[in-house]
Amino acid sequence: MKSAQRLTLYLLLAPAILWLGLLIVLPHVEILILSFSERVAPRVYAYGAGNYLEFFTEPLYWRTFARTAIMSIFVTAITLVLAFPIALYIARVAQGRTKAMLLLLCLLPFWVSELVRTLGWMMLLRETGVVSYLLRAMGLADQPVELLYNDGAVILGLVYGGLLFMIVPLANALESLEPSVVEAGFDLGGSRWTVLRRIVIPHAMPGIVAGSIIVFMLTVGNFATPVLLGGKNGLWFTEQIYAQFITRFNWPQGAAFGMLLLLLSSIIVWAGLRLTRQSLGTTLRQA
Amino acid sequence: MAPSTDLDIVNVTKRFGSHAAVDDVTFSVAPGEFFSILGPSGCGKTTLMRMIAGFEHPSSGDIRIRGKSMIGVPANRRPVNMVFQSLALFPMMSVGENVAYGLTCRGVNRADAEERANRVLERVGLKGFGERRVTALSGGQRQRVAIARCLVLEPTLVLLDEPLGALDLKLREHMKIELKQLQGTFNTTFAYITHDQSEALVMSDRIAVMNQGRFEQVGSPRELYHNPTTPFVASFVGETNRWQGETVGETAGTTSVRLPSGAVLQGRGTASQPTALAFVRPEAIALAQGEVGLGGLPNRFEGRVSAVLFDGANSSLLITTPGFEEPIRAVLPQAGPLAGIEVGAPVHLGWAADAMKVFAA
Repeated sequence: MKSAQRLTLYLLLAPAILWLGLLIVLPHVEILILSFSERVAPRVYAYGAGNYLEFFTEPLYWRTFARTAIMSIFVTAITLVLAFPIALYIARVAQGRTKAMLLLLCLLPFWVSELVRTLGWMMLLRETGVVSYLLRAMGLADQPVELLYNDGAVILGLVYGGLLFMIVPLANALESLEPSVVEAGFDLGGSRWTVLRRIVIPHAMPGIVAGSIIVFMLTVGNFATPVLLGGKNGLWFTEQIYAQFITRFNWPQGAAFGMLLLLLSSIIVWAGLRLTRQSLGTTLRQA
Repeated sequence: MAPSTDLDIVNVTKRFGSHAAVDDVTFSVAPGEFFSILGPSGCGKTTLMRMIAGFEHPSSGDIRIRGKSMIGVPANRRPVNMVFQSLALFPMMSVGENVAYGLTCRGVNRADAEERANRVLERVGLKGFGERRVTALSGGQRQRVAIARCLVLEPTLVLLDEPLGALDLKLREHMKIELKQLQGTFNTTFAYITHDQSEALVMSDRIAVMNQGRFEQVGSPRELYHNPTTPFVASFVGETNRWQGETVGETAGTTSVRLPSGAVLQGRGTASQPTALAFVRPEAIALAQGEVGLGGLPNRFEGRVSAVLFDGANSSLLITTPGFEEPIRAVLPQAGPLAGIEVGAPVHLGWAADAMKVFAA
């Protein structure tokens, strides 16, 4: 009887274990091994940390890496600041149908693929695009304005892509705040700012952290948006990985970069959790 | 000169659409008083309290605290603090931080606020609880934190919105006494709203009975219980027998009411209309084994016990009596020859004219 139960358990777990093992763990182990192999002669490989050393000795690589990290943190922060009032409105002000409509409006852009969404932004921002045309029509510019291929365009695209993933966990967290707790905050003499700082934000903290982790991970690992909106100035670390694997055909180098990116996002998420004193458990529940 | 009242509500009306939740209410609360607003749910008492706290705004009328109008003053600037029905403690803060919150909002520095919070916690019997999480407290302890959080600010008026509703019976009985004592030691004015008449009767100095947005009667618990001025107060406050009949005569302050069955009752009160409502408290009904035991009571009947509702000191009897549609409720005698009365036993009952209140229906 006992062994039958155990068998059932294993059979039920099998799809999940196979999924995790074959599609996530195995490729990463493969990449980890690959990242430590160096080409010493054509078709001859030896083990060594050369690929990682290459990363630290070539400024382009680690600068792109640092730039990706800093800009991703920046994008996450902007997304949070923009999403908070929206989530607050959806969770606490909007009622019934309006609430559903607003969430649907946030979701709507995600019905088309990321690539199409980004191309949409390109149509708006390029030299012959809509914004440029409007600026000229209003007399604010006397020649076509190129708004693409700069950091601003990249950040805009990334924030736009991350907004929904910030709004949903935030709205969830804010929804569970009892209205009378907020009223008590005012009743005892708190100003709007005090209530926000000492009651609303601490309550929403698990949602804030959950949303920030999701948005940060999506941003760091994004490829299409920085490439299309940033062009040659995109300089996103995923582009370096792509270049090593596809253009340079240097798989071990690409694998090393991949591992570094994984390490980077893990460290930043860990630091974020430590800084906000949240546990991964409560955060995942909120997400 | 200090104003002689802490709170004045002057002709306050609150409309939601065409419905008046609070309809032209006027009353005053004296310093140090325990004032209760008693009414069934939906009578407008919560709306009235939220207007005093500043979460709702009156459609017309004035709310004055120590003589100062509160119209246009936001909730966080009023010298009024509220104990919410759900208590609304801040779960993200410790007990000490909850109590110190109001002080830090006023700009008291952290160390002072903490010290004052600890002093108040000590006075409400929660010494050394400052570091605890509010989620780790029992119902009664949470209650005391909610009150301490208000009292630390030394408000002119503390509003309590049915704070005992969530507690179990035993604790509720205990907290009634404790609340009254706390109010006495802090000497703060309390305005308490409840639908539970026992809470109001036990704790209050004065009670306002509210119904459909209006005050029916304001008075001490005894006044309300013994001299209700409206049929609503008579039936809402305390247990009572209620009969509807027809006024047949009024002589020397005694009103005669004839029930549909033909039985005629003698009571006090003025019934200007042909239909009348008569009320008699269960404890005002005298019971005897024989008619002689009832002496010269004007209302004398004979019935049969249909149920004994035993509840310790609050035990009562239901007596099916010819002439009355519903059984009459009387207090179960705890001593004497009728102490062991059983269902089915015949019994004589009667009451004085003074014990029966008659109102126009």
